[in-house]
Amino acid sequence: MNESEFIQILSSIILQATPLMLAVCGETITERVGVVNLSLDGTMLLAAMTGFVSAYLSDSVLIGFIAAGVVGSLFAIIVAYGSIRLRKDQYAIGFVLTLLGDKLSAYLGQNYTRIPGPRVSHLGIPILKDIPILGPLFFDHDLLVYFTFILVFVTWWWLFHTQTGLKLRSAGERPEAGFARGVNINRLRYVYTIIGGALVGIAGAAYSLDIKLGWAEGSTRGLGWIALAIVIFGGWSPIRGALGALLFGGSKALAAVLQRQYPDVSLVAFNTLPWLLMIAVLLAVGSDLTDRLIAIAPRRLRQQLRQSLKIRPPAALGQPFTPGESGDV
Amino acid sequence: MTWRKLLQTGWPIIPVVSALLLTGFLLIAFGVSPVDGFGAMLQGAFGDYNKVLNVTAFWVPLALSSAGLILAFTAGLWNIGIEGQIVMGAIAASWLALKFDFPSPWQIVFQLLAAMIAGALWAGVTGILKTRGRVHEIFGGLALNNLAIIFTNYLISGPWQPPEGGTFRGTAPFQEKAILPLFADSRLSLISVVLLVIALISVYLLLRGTSWGLKLKALGKNPRSAFLLGVSSERELLIALMLCGALAGLGGAVRVTSWFDSLRQSISGGIGYLSLLVVMLSNFSVVPTPFIAYFFSAVLNGSITLQLRTQLHSSLGGIMTGVMVLLVLLFGDIKVFNFFADQKTKELADE
Repeated sequence: MNESEFIQILSSIILQATPLMLAVCGETITERVGVVNLSLDGTMLLAAMTGFVSAYLSDSVLIGFIAAGVVGSLFAIIVAYGSIRLRKDQYAIGFVLTLLGDKLSAYLGQNYTRIPGPRVSHLGIPILKDIPILGPLFFDHDLLVYFTFILVFVTWWWLFHTQTGLKLRSAGERPEAGFARGVNINRLRYVYTIIGGALVGIAGAAYSLDIKLGWAEGSTRGLGWIALAIVIFGGWSPIRGALGALLFGGSKALAAVLQRQYPDVSLVAFNTLPWLLMIAVLLAVGSDLTDRLIAIAPRRLRQQLRQSLKIRPPAALGQPFTPGESGDV
Repeated sequence: MTWRKLLQTGWPIIPVVSALLLTGFLLIAFGVSPVDGFGAMLQGAFGDYNKVLNVTAFWVPLALSSAGLILAFTAGLWNIGIEGQIVMGAIAASWLALKFDFPSPWQIVFQLLAAMIAGALWAGVTGILKTRGRVHEIFGGLALNNLAIIFTNYLISGPWQPPEGGTFRGTAPFQEKAILPLFADSRLSLISVVLLVIALISVYLLLRGTSWGLKLKALGKNPRSAFLLGVSSERELLIALMLCGALAGLGGAVRVTSWFDSLRQSISGGIGYLSLLVVMLSNFSVVPTPFIAYFFSAVLNGSITLQLRTQLHSSLGGIMTGVMVLLVLLFGDIKVFNFFADQKTKELADE
């Protein structure tokens, strides 16, 4: 393997990870505001199908992405309404929507499987793409990839460095405190769950219009669950979530490289990689492994390490909120 | 007064009717008249004697895993990993069927036992990941599902490939004694029905009549206070999960030894995920579970006939059941009742 091959692999990892980053970013917003939208796998399937079919029929990629975003926000509305207004089990609603999205995508998309359609066109950024190494890695993709990078960064900055971001997080951490300061918790939860769902929908279309071109039954099956796991692994931060997505994109590229190197090893062995990785990363953040790691680090570094490595979910994640005695808002 | 009563008693019909309406609309949208579509589904489910036997044969493993899930849900556990537990049960039963040779009745008995053990152990992995590694059972279970399915594909395309080379679709058919005795010409085994009845009664009695069942309920309702009262949560959770896995594994064994006669690529056929829906619809109680499972089995078998007759994708049956469960989940605790209750108190207050 020479340098240009290596850079090509890294660049393909970034491209592969783009839809995952989008989905992780969307779900991170949703969970930061205190709602779990478990329906990601079904949402992405239905959105991938809808995005492809609408782009195919209208011959416009943009319309495809808009349609996919609408599908994503519709599913999110069901989750939000069920959990906020009706106070039902979010996991149950999300799980049923997962199966429903899967079946709906198979049924509604049955006449559009395995046909070529429009795709996001490549758009290298002039001048910047000619920078050695960095150019091909970051500036020689398409608009979707740039959009995702900017989105991840803006979301992070906005979550942790703006007043509105603080309000958002208060709804997921200590809703009663936010409410006391005049934040309309449940309205925030509606709004951000819907925005998060729309991003998940766009992530689905990112597969069918950019990464795994076209539609086939179950084409993105499993990726929604991986995105949900990455949200946890990323400690509910968009940037760490994006790094997690790159890790999974990397495992896929690694599998492809290993497979070429060792053709005797069954393909099956490589297919297990993302799932083993999923268990491994959740074990890493869930068990006391990080504590032990911190304990063997030099004393000076411990405090810093603890701050950057220890993660915990938003305190009010998945809990319905009824403001005080004052009745419904 | 009477219409209120009518609405109250008739309320459970509404999700069913809405799901039927949506399914009808989806049929029309794809150019099939609902009369033909639903007709095909009905005929596919109950059209003749054989069809009914098929629905029943599909129902047995579905109801078995549903029975197991009631235990897991009672303990407050989301055992999404049930799909993988079914698959591991099927693999274990196939292993004994293909590679071992026991005298006649013992062969099948050992297969069923091995399947239960395999299912329980696979569920145990999810449980250990949860209790020791703090990996949520949804994610642990899901990863293990996919690993189990990949393992099946590996076995079928590799070491257990039929000698004449292969189709990648399944192993060679099992020997005669490794298959459950089948009823008439169908894929239904009466022994499996007996096992299902035993399982359902056991789960019912476990939850109703034992202190263990009471502990489990306490855990599911409020893990923290149960802990304070001295119910060791880790052990109870593991046992509940493993019992669930054992029943799911048995379901997997029934799939390979009666529905099929070999290990196949999609051996579970989504039964695990479907049983999660069944149990949600039954509100986690034992008595309605087998009936709901039977209804689901009829819808699914019916939609396969629909696909054969009209070329429409058979996922329509899944949409119908999914919409039904979603509506019951959202509105099932009968907001209508609450609405009327509110009104009644208001009336009383006015008086």
